[in-house]
Amino acid sequence: MTRETAIHWVAKPLVFASALIPLAWVAWAAVSSGLGPTGPLGANPIEYINRFLGDWTIRFLLLALAVTPVRGITGWTPLIRFRRMIGLFAFFYACMHVSSYIGLDQFFDWTEIWKDIDKRNYITVGMATFVLLAPLAATSTKGMIKRLGGKRWTRLHKLIYVAGIMACLHFYMMRKGVQLEPIIYASICAVLLGYRVAAHLKKKARAGKAENPDRAGAGAGAGHR
Amino acid sequence: MLVKFSKASEVKPSEITSKAFYLDRRCFLMTAAVAGAGAAFGTIAPPVFAAQGNPRVKLSGVQKSKWTQEALGEELTDYGPITKYNNFYEFGTGKTDPSEYSQDFKTKPWSLTIDGAVEKPGVYDLEDFLKPHQLEERVYRMRCVEAWSMVIPWVGIPLSDIIKRVGIKSDAKYVAFETLLDPEQMRGQKRPVLKWPYKEGLRIDEAMNPLTIMAVGLYGEVMPNQNGAPFRLVVPWKYGFKGIKSIVRMTFQATEPPTAWNVASPREYGFYSNVNPTKNHPRWSQAKERRIGDFLKRPTLMFNGYKEEVSQMYAGMDLRKLY
Repeated sequence: MTRETAIHWVAKPLVFASALIPLAWVAWAAVSSGLGPTGPLGANPIEYINRFLGDWTIRFLLLALAVTPVRGITGWTPLIRFRRMIGLFAFFYACMHVSSYIGLDQFFDWTEIWKDIDKRNYITVGMATFVLLAPLAATSTKGMIKRLGGKRWTRLHKLIYVAGIMACLHFYMMRKGVQLEPIIYASICAVLLGYRVAAHLKKKARAGKAENPDRAGAGAGAGHR
Repeated sequence: MLVKFSKASEVKPSEITSKAFYLDRRCFLMTAAVAGAGAAFGTIAPPVFAAQGNPRVKLSGVQKSKWTQEALGEELTDYGPITKYNNFYEFGTGKTDPSEYSQDFKTKPWSLTIDGAVEKPGVYDLEDFLKPHQLEERVYRMRCVEAWSMVIPWVGIPLSDIIKRVGIKSDAKYVAFETLLDPEQMRGQKRPVLKWPYKEGLRIDEAMNPLTIMAVGLYGEVMPNQNGAPFRLVVPWKYGFKGIKSIVRMTFQATEPPTAWNVASPREYGFYSNVNPTKNHPRWSQAKERRIGDFLKRPTLMFNGYKEEVSQMYAGMDLRKLY
């Protein structure tokens, strides 16, 4: 088996299936408890489901953001082959999270939902993050990359940095008091984005030292996304 | 009892469980009533949701009050959710942290300091202090500021009885409460989630209101640690966080005392914190609430449905400003 077939036929399906485990578990728990207060989801299953899906959205977002740094540090290039899938799962869980908010938490009370988006800052930020992720998911196909052109596509997909920051902000704002979990997620996000800033500065310094007039070459090598 | 599970499509397991609780509850209420009449029975059947490590201990001599479940006309929340879904940040910020991490919490002996503008200040042993008082059951709604609610059968004594006993002086306009500070036992206090120890306060007329009780138990049993054992405040027309838990000090004073959540975020939490569906929390709506166990939210009632008993205390106050 070549590495190509191993990635395509074994590793990718494995990652795909693993990424569905959280959803499968919470769906099973929701159905088996009938959303009652004494099942595996605790006394307030709707809150549990909503937060659980939100947690996994942030986790996949951070995982997607971790691909480039981990690849840079370990030099393990095949990792990049999983980035799109992980990113799409982040969007998938974001969709589930928003759906559970609309369908379970608010039960399609559109007036309340609109008031929430309008007035509650953490929901405003959360919804904006979701809206930001949508074009990234929509342009994730090979065809779209071609149509947009590599440079424009790359620039557009830098929005994932903003989405990562906003997702962490949304989480932090939602909790009462100063709580540890949102701070942990925000710190991870800061490290992952900090790596890019550092890599960028390093590259700039190197380019400056070499005094290489071939700037086009440096620009095209926008490998650090 | 034999609990048979059939296919999820036929009968939801939750329905079975809640019926089991329902029966358990009936059984208990009967026992409690009999016990109240003076004839103490044996312990009730071990519940499904027994707190690990801590046996459930029945309280004897609990009298009924006029605040019964029948009078309220709403279903009691099961013992399980009441004791497994708690906000008690001293034991962690997760909803199940308190039940998980409070099991070794020592509530005996417990010393209660009563000081400030009182005739009989002192440091009391809680058990001795409570002895002369008549325990009664109060079935109250509990509305959390996070927009969920429960109906809880508390056991306690009117705070007014305590106030009359210790005899307050004329400059006692407020009562301040303080929770135990003990990070070794209360792991949540190792982190600066709030400024510890937790503090709360009431205006003296609020403290004297017949609804206000100091609770020592629920469901006819000794207060589970995660619910604020051994001695906590219950003020049903206010958001749940006003019901300060594991109290070690009550100070009667002339000035409005600082309160933990108000100190943490004055924009979000005021001193009064009366349940008010027209005054939203800056981060979420307070118009509706989810009763634990329900799917759909229900409208939140002004003063949590206790308008008749409490609204006169706030006559002339702008409750949207003095939230």
